[in-house]
Amino acid sequence: MQPIADEKIRPGGFFEWLALTFGRILVSLVVPVVTFTVLILGFRWLRDTVPSGLAEKTTVSLVAIVWGVGGAGILYLISNWLIEKLSPVWVKRLQPFIFVGPATAILTWYLALPTFRSLWISLFDRSGPTEVPLGLLFTAPKEYFAQLSTNFIGLGNYVSVFTERTMITAFRNNLLWIIFGASLAIIFGLLVAVLADRSRFENIAKSLIFLPMAISMVGAGVIWNFMYEVKDIADPQIGLLNAIWVAFGNKPQAWTALITQPWNNIFLIIIMIWLQTGYAMVIFSAAIKGIPDELIEAARVDGATEPQIFFRIMIPYIMGTIITVSTTVVIFTLKIFDIVMVMTGGQFSTHVIATQFYRQAFTSNNKGLAAAIAIVLLITVIPVMIYNLRQFAEEEAF
Amino acid sequence: MSSKTQSITRKRLVSDIIVNGVLLLIVLVWTIPTLGLLVSSFRTRFDIQTSGWWWILPHREWVTVEEMQPDDNLDPDGIMEISGVSGTFEEFREGVSTPDGTKVTWVGNKRLATIQIQERKWVMRTDFTMENYGQVLAGKAYEIQSSDGSIKTVQGDNFTGSFLNSLTIAVPATVIPILIAAFAAYGFAWMSFPGRKPLFTMVVALMVVPLQIALVPILKDYVRLDLNGTFLAVWLAHTGFGLPLATYLLFNYIKGLPRDILESAFIDGASHFTIFTRLILPLSIPALASFAIFQFLWVWNDYLIALVFIGAKPDVQVLTMRIAEMVGSRGSDWHLLTAGAFISMLLPLIVFFSLQRFFVRGLLAGSVKG
Repeated sequence: MQPIADEKIRPGGFFEWLALTFGRILVSLVVPVVTFTVLILGFRWLRDTVPSGLAEKTTVSLVAIVWGVGGAGILYLISNWLIEKLSPVWVKRLQPFIFVGPATAILTWYLALPTFRSLWISLFDRSGPTEVPLGLLFTAPKEYFAQLSTNFIGLGNYVSVFTERTMITAFRNNLLWIIFGASLAIIFGLLVAVLADRSRFENIAKSLIFLPMAISMVGAGVIWNFMYEVKDIADPQIGLLNAIWVAFGNKPQAWTALITQPWNNIFLIIIMIWLQTGYAMVIFSAAIKGIPDELIEAARVDGATEPQIFFRIMIPYIMGTIITVSTTVVIFTLKIFDIVMVMTGGQFSTHVIATQFYRQAFTSNNKGLAAAIAIVLLITVIPVMIYNLRQFAEEEAF
Repeated sequence: MSSKTQSITRKRLVSDIIVNGVLLLIVLVWTIPTLGLLVSSFRTRFDIQTSGWWWILPHREWVTVEEMQPDDNLDPDGIMEISGVSGTFEEFREGVSTPDGTKVTWVGNKRLATIQIQERKWVMRTDFTMENYGQVLAGKAYEIQSSDGSIKTVQGDNFTGSFLNSLTIAVPATVIPILIAAFAAYGFAWMSFPGRKPLFTMVVALMVVPLQIALVPILKDYVRLDLNGTFLAVWLAHTGFGLPLATYLLFNYIKGLPRDILESAFIDGASHFTIFTRLILPLSIPALASFAIFQFLWVWNDYLIALVFIGAKPDVQVLTMRIAEMVGSRGSDWHLLTAGAFISMLLPLIVFFSLQRFFVRGLLAGSVKG
């Protein structure tokens, strides 16, 4: 499908080309920049007003919401109104950038450029690249590079990422998260989807398993901390897990802390399985419903047993979906942060890549190493990115 | 023939029981943790600390049926005889069982004491209270009795402010990216301009970029712009990180809208802007709603972005930060934690249950395409 574009627009001369390019960039940036400047002033003011009472705080919140949402909307209106004052040819040339400009600008600022900036920062030591005025590059290039190279350590951070003991622990833990967490979430999701499909209680069962999706990882942390709560052996256990454990005649355990490492990680991973199974289940459930009934009936008539139907027909039929869900869950698992942060804060060898990133970036203030960790995270998802881009290129829409 | 039908019916019955049994088991395992939290949030501080939340169910427990003062002629240092059983002071402290199934316990020290006669009875601890919510929401003070008998007054937590902050962050951080993404999606789907393909390729490529990559550089920019700790900083961050997926999903939807509608609108002389606001936006409501729920839950439940961009400003703190902080600083105040955690889940759960259909649709559009 082609977009609505009838006549080709051919810029006349060089100046028109210049005006056109300039105009497009201007239009792309004008909405975000103006919005931003107007909003920023309002927000510095809002931040600095300390509300005294609840009523005042509510007012501030309301003002902020209206200010933000309204601001964004009105600036689209105004910029479009201005553009539509131009001649039709120019409207045609510039209007698309009113539509896609802000998104492009924000994406560039928040994701595209930071990728390169992080890559750059990762080549420097803990204080990051030195701020050298760019003018120096032209007046005294030698001086410029000399100043720049004071903190430059090349791939040193990457060496640290793969050799430091704490980092290796983090990688090992992330591997545990993927091996146990991602795979069990997918297996449980598939199991529930298949079972629910044959049950009369399908909707209620699915809703209840899906419910943790609405709960924050911090909230889930509280829920499971309570499950794992440990009390002295003389007192009654108030955590369900220890209560059951003690009822069988064992000593109460501090599940996430003091049991044999690295198996304490498993008790954090359980939380993620609990959160993600619902996601896998919903997608699998939809995929299973897409399997033609005749196919299954035909297999039954031919005498296939239920396990045979499951492994020989269902699984191959929804293989594409299984791969997609696995990819999504693995990416989610790679970036796991909140659960570890809330449950143990990374103590007792439970650090993962994302918590190490946070620790290096904001606690130890080692920006270079943090950036290197982020780049390593990025590299692990690049195959998925390439796959997405290929899929996209194959679509005929463009 | 009839025996064959019978065996098939029996087989079906057995498999029905297995299917529903396993399903029930999984559902229970999945529900009990949340249930425990919810129940506990309504129990008193004392009850939470001294008994499991499942004690609200009928169970057998030692209950004091009689209390009396010890006789003056009892010698705590020797063997004592109380209510027909004898034992040392230490034994009575632990409780001495009588032949008829009761237990005699010495409560207190050697000089000053009461004697309790306890019986094992079926009881339920259903002493529910809303007090925890009062303490968490309004910051009401409460008293703690410590083991040595002294009473300490501790200020509760003021969650109302954090709740407002979460709301102030979540609403615009949901609406703004959707607005921007919808405009962009329309532009990519129905307008022609140079750079259309490379720009959209960028959107697709950025979908899986981990946001960790952006935190250090963006924080640097925020410091330079003096933007840290403002709502705007957090909105924009959520906008930036949510935009690739939003644009992609909305693009897929808007592209699929029937072409004739747009063409006839064009013939009637409508501009792109009019078509977008009057025609496309209303037609895209299902897709917009799906993504809105998605983004809202994501922003409301976010911890990392809030931690990085508003970490230093306590009065802009959102609920997740507040709770995480409580876990760290007063992790055993379960009466506050349970109530607080439940307050933070309330809005997502309402959104989730009322709009589950849209949410599921959004999930499906995101991962199983076509």
